[in-house]
Amino acid sequence: MIHFAFTKTLTTSDQVSTIPRFQLEVEFVLRRGIFLGVSGASGAGKSTLLRLLAGLSQADSGFMLCDQEVWFDSSRRLHRSPQKRSLGFVFQDLAIFPHWTAKKNLLYAQNNPERAQDLLKLMKLDQHADSFPHQLSGGQKQRIALARALMRQPELLLLDEPFSALDEELRNELGTELRQLQNRLGFSVVMVTHSRQEISNWCDETLFLDQGKFHSAI
Amino acid sequence: MSFDPVPFWVSFQLGLWTTLLLFPFSLLLAWGLARTKAKWLTWVEPIFSLPLVVSPTVLGFYLLIFLSPSHPLGHFLLTTWGLRMVFSFPGMVFASCIAGLPFFLAPLRAAFTALPDSLWEASATLGKGKLETLVRVILPNVKPSLLAGCVSTFSHTLGEFGVVLMVGGSIPGVTKVVSIAIFEQVEALNFSGAQIYSLVLVVLGYMGVYLVNRAGRKKTP
Repeated sequence: MIHFAFTKTLTTSDQVSTIPRFQLEVEFVLRRGIFLGVSGASGAGKSTLLRLLAGLSQADSGFMLCDQEVWFDSSRRLHRSPQKRSLGFVFQDLAIFPHWTAKKNLLYAQNNPERAQDLLKLMKLDQHADSFPHQLSGGQKQRIALARALMRQPELLLLDEPFSALDEELRNELGTELRQLQNRLGFSVVMVTHSRQEISNWCDETLFLDQGKFHSAI
Repeated sequence: MSFDPVPFWVSFQLGLWTTLLLFPFSLLLAWGLARTKAKWLTWVEPIFSLPLVVSPTVLGFYLLIFLSPSHPLGHFLLTTWGLRMVFSFPGMVFASCIAGLPFFLAPLRAAFTALPDSLWEASATLGKGKLETLVRVILPNVKPSLLAGCVSTFSHTLGEFGVVLMVGGSIPGVTKVVSIAIFEQVEALNFSGAQIYSLVLVVLGYMGVYLVNRAGRKKTP
């Protein structure tokens, strides 16, 4: 179970000044093995929420518990770094390491060739294990990013619009595979998406983020 | 016509030392500058580019003053480590590092800035620390800029005149570099001697630019 409550003022900065936009104020209990979809307009704070969950940004106040472990507690000035959190993150720009092959990208996360091979096969990338990112399509790169995020068998998988570059057929196929894998391994997922179809097909629960506040399921 | 190859050897050593010393320093500085978002940076950063806009003679003059044993800094270096900086090879290397810093820093700074933050962040979420990320992820992706920094710094140092003359003087076999040798040949109206030194510098400069361009054109990986 992951329980989090964050408050953070989101700002817009330019060269001269920093202007507060609105306050992100969210609390949620994510049960183990749940696939949570987070939707909302651009700039509503969705990606910021993922960054707070990953520990890449710090909330102004709040806490985050993963089972019995404290990942963040502002009152105790406790912040567990992303390196020490059991999580996987698929970034919006994928952040594939361009100088390595698909397989090497996975092995960087964990030096486990068998697991890398299994994941590449699952993502239908076993024929491209030795290809470099610039030799692959957008969809193939997205699958590398997903496979890499799963290498360390995370408790929590964070997805920032992970299927946006895929065609519908592949998106459905991969989404189904991801759900099956999640059911098997029991990790929790928080996925930011704009797609109502993705939400209705895969998400157990859905939250709508508007001006930094969670609203009831859509 | 007499041709003395020793100034080339001195220049080569000076270029090598300058490049070797600036390599780690520029790397860390460029990384720090690229990762810092603080507003004071706009005031501090131009200091590192000053050697590009200030006359080498002016730079050399100030270094000569600060490094001389009568100045607290020069006195400290002499009494603490026995380093006599003026009219010596170590002093010339130090001056050359100051003059060459922007040539190493600029390409690295640009490369670090161009890399998306998500590469650092992705590596962090994969459990890797900053040093491991720097060595295994970031550096391989700035390789062409590293090479450009090395070649530019080395080539610039080979041709450095004003700063090294002011701080190092022209002691044969110690601080007399090629550019000073060219100047002295011209002063002695020995144009053919100056031609040989100059031609070698032009060829070396061309090779340096060729290497940088080739590395820049090479796609990753």
